[in-house]
Amino acid sequence: MTSSGTQPLVSEGFSGRMRVQDPALPPGQHLVDRFPVMSAGPTPVVHRRAWELTVTTPSGRQTPWDFAGLTRLPVEDVVADLHCVTRWSRSGTRWRGVPVEALLREVDDAGARYVMAHSYGGYTTNVPLEDLLDGRAWLVFDHEDEPLSAEHGGPVRLLVPHLYLWKSAKWVNGLTLMSHDAPGFWESLGYHLYGDPWREQRHSRD
Amino acid sequence: MARAATLPRLTWQSATLTQVRRESSTASTLRLDVAGWPGHRAGQHVDVRLTAADGYTAVRPYSLASAAGSGLVEITVATTPGGEVSTYLVNDAVAGNHVEVRGPLGSWFVWDVSDPDPVQLVAGGSGVVPLMSMLRTHGSAGHPAPMRLLYSVSDPEQVLYADEVEQLAHAATVLHTRHSPPGTARPPGRVTPAEVEEHTLPATSRPSVFVCGPTGFVEAMLTVLTGLGHDPERIRAERYGERSSP
Repeated sequence: MTSSGTQPLVSEGFSGRMRVQDPALPPGQHLVDRFPVMSAGPTPVVHRRAWELTVTTPSGRQTPWDFAGLTRLPVEDVVADLHCVTRWSRSGTRWRGVPVEALLREVDDAGARYVMAHSYGGYTTNVPLEDLLDGRAWLVFDHEDEPLSAEHGGPVRLLVPHLYLWKSAKWVNGLTLMSHDAPGFWESLGYHLYGDPWREQRHSRD
Repeated sequence: MARAATLPRLTWQSATLTQVRRESSTASTLRLDVAGWPGHRAGQHVDVRLTAADGYTAVRPYSLASAAGSGLVEITVATTPGGEVSTYLVNDAVAGNHVEVRGPLGSWFVWDVSDPDPVQLVAGGSGVVPLMSMLRTHGSAGHPAPMRLLYSVSDPEQVLYADEVEQLAHAATVLHTRHSPPGTARPPGRVTPAEVEEHTLPATSRPSVFVCGPTGFVEAMLTVLTGLGHDPERIRAERYGERSSP
């Protein structure tokens, strides 16, 4: 009974209203105006002054960061389209933050190919190291010119806009460099290890 | 991920609507006949794909409302303003129509009868849908641990599964935010922290907690629940309107 891609089953009487297919939108996504909040549990509330993040190398060396230290790094303004695996997308969202590579510049990343991002509250997500470099990922602390709210991941969240949004860990407090890939929270629950929206890598079984 | 690897690849299955039941002025329950349905867990959802005659497609996720183990595949859909899929499913679809489904999906916001602990459910609006699957699963299994529902809804006409909720008697509390039913003492309004404390299982009984509803409601409830001493590790939340997994 599996439908074939060439002969789709028509839903009688369905015409569809959102006929505009935006080429900037990955397959299976639709645009929303507001910013839905997606989290698995309660929202951790951490003040900027109390925020800490630890970068850990494969050999176990740790570098601590605090908010003041983070903002002394070169700050960038970022405009990004967001794509949530639950099928909504937002275009042109504005963020301010620091490129992830700026935090990794001084650390010994020998042997590192993957990164596990850790969050307050225990959330984790895995991302290949190269996806966090070359201006493709940031640690952001402002959203639309306001300090990033707790419900959207403040004081600091990871922003990896070229992957599904669950990779952009909210309330981030650790980046652990790893030699091998390992699943994070949602990835252990059946979501895709990589999560490319343009290839619709939603579930591990996609 | 060995567990995932043992599961078959996700594919779209054709499905026939066998029953459409109006739940409220803005929501309907649709029963689907899906060949080879593998069964689902309470709290899971499916992706529903609609295809127009010219090939245009739209996909949205919807929570399953039917009990795990019932063999029934039922989703309850509430209309969202301008929502092309929800409007079709609630207002236009009739028995005999066809859709495609993929799933069941999700393994976080789920409850299984193997969980021996008490369960507190907190619903805002149509966030009650996956929680109703849990209540039905719990009820049909004759599960010995208590499962309670706190259900915040705008007015009596918007209560989903009203008869079943009423039959839950003291295990369910319905609080109205905009209009209260005639003859009730409580004025309509948002659920207060004191009401959460009064109408939910105490944190000392260490219940599993599931919260589902609009974002603002869920955030408020989570703040209250953690303030009452519930372990954040035991609280699962699904923010609503859009699916929250992840």
